[in-house]
Amino acid sequence: MRKFIEKLVEGGLLISGSVSSFTILLIIVFLFKEATGLFNSPEVEEGYVLAVNPENPVEHLSPEQIMDVFDANITNWADLNGKNQDILVFRLSDLTNYYTEEELGDEFQYVPEKINELIHKEPGIIAFFPEQYQAENFQGKIISGATIKPSEFFGGTKWYPTSTPAPIFGLIPLLLGTLLVSIGAIVLSLPFGIAVAIYLAEIANTRTRNFLKPVIELLAGIPSVVYGFFGLVVIVPLIQKTLNLPVGETAFAGSVVLAIMALPTIITVAEDAMRTTPRAMKEASLALGATQWQTIYKVIIPYSISGITSAVVLGIGRAIGETMAVLMVTGNAAVIPTSFFEPVRTIPATIAAELGEAPAGGAHYQALFLLGAVLFLITLSLSIAVEYISSKRKI
Amino acid sequence: MAPIQHLGNIDKRKRASQKIAFGFFSFLSYLVVAILFVILGFIILKGASVISWDFLTQAPSEGMTSGGIFPAIVGTLYLVIGSSLISFPIGIMSGIYMNEYATNGKLIRFIRIMTNNLSGVPSVVFGLFGMSLFVSTLGWGDSIIAGSFTLALMSLPLIIRTTEEALKSIDDSFRHGSLALGATKLQTIRRVVLPMAFPNIITGLILSIGRVSGETAPILFTVAAYFLPQLPKSIFDQCMALPYHLYVISTSGTDIEASRGMAYGTALVLIVIVLLVNLLANALRSYFAKKVKMN
Amino acid sequence: MIKIDAKNVDFYYGDFHALKNISMEIEPNTSTAFIGPSGCGKSTFLRLFNRMNDLIPGTRMQGQILIDGRDIYTKSEKVDRLRKNVGMVFQKPNPFPKTIYENVAYGLRVNGIKDENYIEETVVKTLKQVVLWEEVKDKLKESAFALSGGQQQRLCIARALAISPSILLMDEPTSALDPISTSKIEDLIHELKNDYTIVIVTHNMQQAARVSDKTGYFYLGELIEYDNTRKIFTNPEKESTQNYITGRFG
Repeated sequence: MRKFIEKLVEGGLLISGSVSSFTILLIIVFLFKEATGLFNSPEVEEGYVLAVNPENPVEHLSPEQIMDVFDANITNWADLNGKNQDILVFRLSDLTNYYTEEELGDEFQYVPEKINELIHKEPGIIAFFPEQYQAENFQGKIISGATIKPSEFFGGTKWYPTSTPAPIFGLIPLLLGTLLVSIGAIVLSLPFGIAVAIYLAEIANTRTRNFLKPVIELLAGIPSVVYGFFGLVVIVPLIQKTLNLPVGETAFAGSVVLAIMALPTIITVAEDAMRTTPRAMKEASLALGATQWQTIYKVIIPYSISGITSAVVLGIGRAIGETMAVLMVTGNAAVIPTSFFEPVRTIPATIAAELGEAPAGGAHYQALFLLGAVLFLITLSLSIAVEYISSKRKI
Repeated sequence: MAPIQHLGNIDKRKRASQKIAFGFFSFLSYLVVAILFVILGFIILKGASVISWDFLTQAPSEGMTSGGIFPAIVGTLYLVIGSSLISFPIGIMSGIYMNEYATNGKLIRFIRIMTNNLSGVPSVVFGLFGMSLFVSTLGWGDSIIAGSFTLALMSLPLIIRTTEEALKSIDDSFRHGSLALGATKLQTIRRVVLPMAFPNIITGLILSIGRVSGETAPILFTVAAYFLPQLPKSIFDQCMALPYHLYVISTSGTDIEASRGMAYGTALVLIVIVLLVNLLANALRSYFAKKVKMN
Repeated sequence: MIKIDAKNVDFYYGDFHALKNISMEIEPNTSTAFIGPSGCGKSTFLRLFNRMNDLIPGTRMQGQILIDGRDIYTKSEKVDRLRKNVGMVFQKPNPFPKTIYENVAYGLRVNGIKDENYIEETVVKTLKQVVLWEEVKDKLKESAFALSGGQQQRLCIARALAISPSILLMDEPTSALDPISTSKIEDLIHELKNDYTIVIVTHNMQQAARVSDKTGYFYLGELIEYDNTRKIFTNPEKESTQNYITGRFG
């Protein structure tokens, strides 16, 4: 009986032990299940049709081209490899410009027929209308059959998730925004982080250390939304005023806030690494007449360099994945950043800001999951890099 | 062989460079302390005037511009309790398994790598995952239970790691002593190992409570509500939560400027929770460290 | 003239009284051995000569230690300059994670020597001095960790000699080595004592008898007996010394 209970407990422990691995697996499954759905979604908003005159040689338009056409940035079919002919944009609401209400019927029962007629009549037309109004003997050429391509997502330079007729999901501006903010943060916090780590590991006496360690733990414990709030009410206005910018919500503001947030990670991991330097090695250096500082930069730092690198990589990982603080201070403009002092939008901020409004199962929803998958893969590869660096210690 | 004179001149220079370097490092270290105090001081100063008994015990009113944050406090409390009920047992058992039972080096390494990876997963990805699994697939909807599960999975790595470290710090001689008296492995763990590791495990649990009460991104899509007229009645209800509340009223409330007072107050409450959690953890740690020393 | 002169030295680790009123005079260009059971204070005493114990928090020293007539425990004493003059070899070989060449050059570099020709000359000379040159001359750019334990220890001796100290402290330098490496290092000590003042802590009494001119026997923080090595090993004054030497305890 007792043996049975022991076995039972051990089984329970094993199951608990596997929960974290299992969670990783589930995260991958659920993230990618939703994410890959994006590439089965139609380019044009679901339930709608995009059609042109049957004589029109154009077979397909990319989402970006569609947006340019409907925003009147492109007005001639020649720009889209078609004939030299003006483009006539047609939305359902335009129908009343061509037909009277009587012609359309009391219950709009003649709408499909009229659309059909219009498309046939106008050689330069591009029509966007709900599927339900597609006539049975539809004679227009439907150009909205394609699904979203991976190249459009991974190579896309625009992020207009709610644009009609075709939303545009381009990763590049968000990815660049994320990298800009994170790299900025690391550049700002690295000198501090390493300096404090050196100070704690090698210089500070026990009393100073006992004071500084809890302070740094506290810094790590403050919720990111509080950092974001502090950034919003203090750092953002400060940046705007001192640098005389039109808005203070910039990549720079995000980097400053993230730099403070990444500090505890960098300090703790780097300090732990430096503490692993054997005492014998330090003593050997000092016994040769080296000063403490010479010993630090000639022996301790080279010895613990892999640990210090891990600290930096972990710091980058923290910064890349951080959501709330960045969301609150970077201004969230989804454009390719050209300067450090402009609003940018990061991947996590995009997910947090837009998921609430994206209808579940739709292309926008799937695109946000794909962003999550990209983020997951980035941080996962950073974790693996850390693992690799620390397993490959010493010369 | 007379390089001693040769070597003489450098002395002053290398001592000076040490002085400069050390001065610089201690300056930067205290600057970090200053940053912390500026953040804390600012929020405490601004928030203190807002905090009152009414602020802590009443619901918000007039479009989040007056009233209190009681529902958010209650919501955060529910989420902390809910997620702790899930993460504490799993985390502690997982730590016990890794340190006391697992003998297969490869398996331990695999689990450890996975746990490390899990701790590196961004909180917003946990939010996505929780939404997809708990809210949609399991059909729990936006609810306390969905939020608790999401938060629990997120805090697992911290609990596992601190438990494992706490167990590792206990010398094997205690285990051997117990086993030699005929105790089974389970008895040894329950009566000898766990009681000794208890203080350090508790410290990890307290820190994880601090983490959970401040997280926003994982609850964004799994439980958090902007405003609820009444407190949640079951675990399948939505609830308000302090960090989400602070986020919403400082970025997208009906009148952001008029909500500022409430935002400072909410930030202060969050900071106080973090301070208390850290104080408690430190106090426990030094209390038990002294106790161990005395033995 | 006296090289190292310790006068009434007391030393404490916190409350623990580790060295009790020790006085000792060491003459230049001799080799002196410290023997005694573990924990008797001989290593602690040795580490006072280059102020290595300063690194241990909570320690305290009373009394005086003079090197070349100068008190090394004054406030104005520059510890780095002292350590340049008083080299040290440790119990376990502790080369830096650098190349063989850079290990020997380290002391020169941290002491401000930039003349690469001079550094190279010194590296070659000291490696020859410790009889390691023939074994490593083709792999100077390889990691010092690739050497055997005995070679590493000779490298550490070369590293200490490269900055031309006048005193060489050796803290059980052969305790981690095999017999062949040990005898090579003992031969080396014989050579070196013509140019350096050597103080060696050892657990191995044959070693003390072989390499030292004078021997000090420590017990429970006290210097029990200090005399010519031959006298200590053949006709010690104190019974405690006799017991230790003949292996009745320790």
